[in-house]
Amino acid sequence: METLHAVRAGGITKCFGEVVALDAVDLDVTQGQIHGLVGPNGAGKTTLLGLLLGLAVADSGRLEILGRQVGRAFAAPDGVAGFVDGPGLYPSLTARQNLAALAALRGGDARTSGIDDVLDQVGLTDVADDRARGFSLGMRQRLGLAAALLTRPRLLVLDEPSNGLDPAGKRHVHRVLGRLAADGTAVVLSSHRMDDLEALCSEVTILATGRVVFSGPLGKLAAESRELDYRLRTSDAQAARVLAADTAGVRIVDDSGVRQDTEVLVVRALTPALDELVAGLVRSGIAVRELAPVVSPLEAAFLALTDQEAGR
Amino acid sequence: MTTATAAAEHTVAAPRVSVARGYRFELVKLVSQWRIRLLVLACWIAPALFVAGVSGQSTLPSDTLFGRWMHATGWAGPLVMLGFAGSWALPLLTSLVAGDVFAAEDRLGTWRHLLVAVRSPARIFAAKALASVTVILALVAGLAVSSTVGGLLAVGNQPLVGLDGHLLSPGDAAGRVLLAWLCALAPTLALAAIGLLGSVALGRSSMGLLLPVLVALAMQVAQMLPLPVAVRLALPGYAFIAWNGLFTGPAQLTPLLTAVAVSLAWAVLATVLAHLLFVRRDFTNPAYDGSGRRAFTFGVLPLAALTAVTVGAVAVATPSTGSGIEQAKVQKSLATVFAHLYRLQTRQLHRPAVTEAQLRTSAACTKSDGQAAQEGAGNDWRCVVSWHLPGVAVTGSAIYQLDITSDGRFVADGDGPKEVNGYFLVRTSTGDAPNPLWQFDGNVELLDTQ
Repeated sequence: METLHAVRAGGITKCFGEVVALDAVDLDVTQGQIHGLVGPNGAGKTTLLGLLLGLAVADSGRLEILGRQVGRAFAAPDGVAGFVDGPGLYPSLTARQNLAALAALRGGDARTSGIDDVLDQVGLTDVADDRARGFSLGMRQRLGLAAALLTRPRLLVLDEPSNGLDPAGKRHVHRVLGRLAADGTAVVLSSHRMDDLEALCSEVTILATGRVVFSGPLGKLAAESRELDYRLRTSDAQAARVLAADTAGVRIVDDSGVRQDTEVLVVRALTPALDELVAGLVRSGIAVRELAPVVSPLEAAFLALTDQEAGR
Repeated sequence: MTTATAAAEHTVAAPRVSVARGYRFELVKLVSQWRIRLLVLACWIAPALFVAGVSGQSTLPSDTLFGRWMHATGWAGPLVMLGFAGSWALPLLTSLVAGDVFAAEDRLGTWRHLLVAVRSPARIFAAKALASVTVILALVAGLAVSSTVGGLLAVGNQPLVGLDGHLLSPGDAAGRVLLAWLCALAPTLALAAIGLLGSVALGRSSMGLLLPVLVALAMQVAQMLPLPVAVRLALPGYAFIAWNGLFTGPAQLTPLLTAVAVSLAWAVLATVLAHLLFVRRDFTNPAYDGSGRRAFTFGVLPLAALTAVTVGAVAVATPSTGSGIEQAKVQKSLATVFAHLYRLQTRQLHRPAVTEAQLRTSAACTKSDGQAAQEGAGNDWRCVVSWHLPGVAVTGSAIYQLDITSDGRFVADGDGPKEVNGYFLVRTSTGDAPNPLWQFDGNVELLDTQ
């Protein structure tokens, strides 16, 4: 089986004066994949996205986008769309006019370029003729996504697309991105919202101070993770506490000072030990009503890998 | 499992957006702004109302060139508007359009979006420059057309009294008014280019927006100073003054063409510098607010060098290195204007016609009662004008106080005898008007071209 790569980057380095924004970064994104980019502020995410969009050129390294070697600035191949640092919209134009102006810029006819369709996809049909000046951040994000969709991209690059989105807007965006990926479009998105990334991405790359500290499937990340904290709610909290204390590899986290709910137990364990605990609870006739990580595996890995956990 | 790059054979470099499409895009953005719409509306309506309103008043703006003739002909209106536009309106308009066309993208944070869409900074620059110049031209056209229509509707298509006092037929006046506005485009383009340069170099800083206004103000202040002619002509704003020379006979074309050439040189150089700064800009920095050192190197230094070169070129090409306002030129200019206006007064008073040749007018002028150097600007010029009438043995004479400004323009104020250059009303085809010899405008050609 052949895997088609939308992005192949090897040893990408980019400096701004004395500051090393990207340090020998590797990135592989296959077609039809939603790839998350995670990292603390200043990690180099926006710089990397800018390189993919052709806004800058790497100082060294190899970058191939949609099969084309990128050698100089503003030379991103056709089929790449997206935005960094928020969508670029003109407040004096309506949503429809913003898209029509972009379509005309690319030589398209506003009537036939699918403006109504993309507005519908991102859920902005009702405000299509309102000026962008009055749009909320979430609406602007969706309009920015609509502008990117207008080009029918094969590689979509998005920087914090979920910023400011309400649950309905988030659902629209997730649905659109999922559909694009299903149709074969590669999506690279950066976000600080771990729940978004976990819901959308099949693979993630974690950047810290310009270096890749992890890249691969989310499952691999979870497997590589250290112990996680889990919330455990059962039908008998006391009995569950005793059982947890007796289960090898499981530790009870004493967070009673933080948590008010005495029926919930927080345990720290690797997945196998947790499985053992659940089996023990079931054998003891204790109903498990809730079991969920306190911090998502991605966030835990992010915090661990970027050394931020220690700082908290 | 093998890997391959995605559909490489179908992937091509993204086509760059043509300048024409970028131009339309920029125009759409500009015209969608209420500020620009209001400016266009104001420029196409306000001048007509202003000229029509002022022309109907008993008190005319006689301190503005051609202002005293607004009651006499509709062609004075667009010239008064041109004088005002050169001082205030055009610098302000260029600031609001060209001074903001790049900075607006900084403010909105849309540079990256625009670059992803267009993929060529050079084409973005060209599109923005062309779009802003288009809007500026539309505004200038509005000022010119509106003030002309207002003047013609309110006063009529009458002959215009030129700066040397001779009458220009309506057709001749129309042609010269059009030429004057066309000449004013050159310094307007220079200011627009300075606006582009400021907008590119200073980013979101308000200094970028204000740059054309500040430069225009500095040029106006410079024109008020007793500068040598070569320096005066080498400044890009001089074309806002030099159009006056179109309304003399013969037209003072040398200073006008020099000023237009200097303005165009500034326009070209400032545009090239703005382009160089723009294509070298770091678009990955969203908080870009201009680069001080680069702006100085690419902006200020080359324009200062251009000024030095043009000063040198004008000084070498013309022998005028002083103020250009010399006693002989003042006398000649005053005598010429007086002779032409004397004929006009004669017609208005229904006296026997007389020609300029028969009048043999001459003037004797002194500055500061002869106590100081007999040259330069000042309101201490006193002249005695003499003329002859056919069949009259006595030589007529009249006294004038002249207020001459550094740019060569003067206002002559009659100081007697009262029946020649005192204040009284004469009946004209457009109604009663002050005696044309009472107070009048003229100008001294600063360059020694004749």
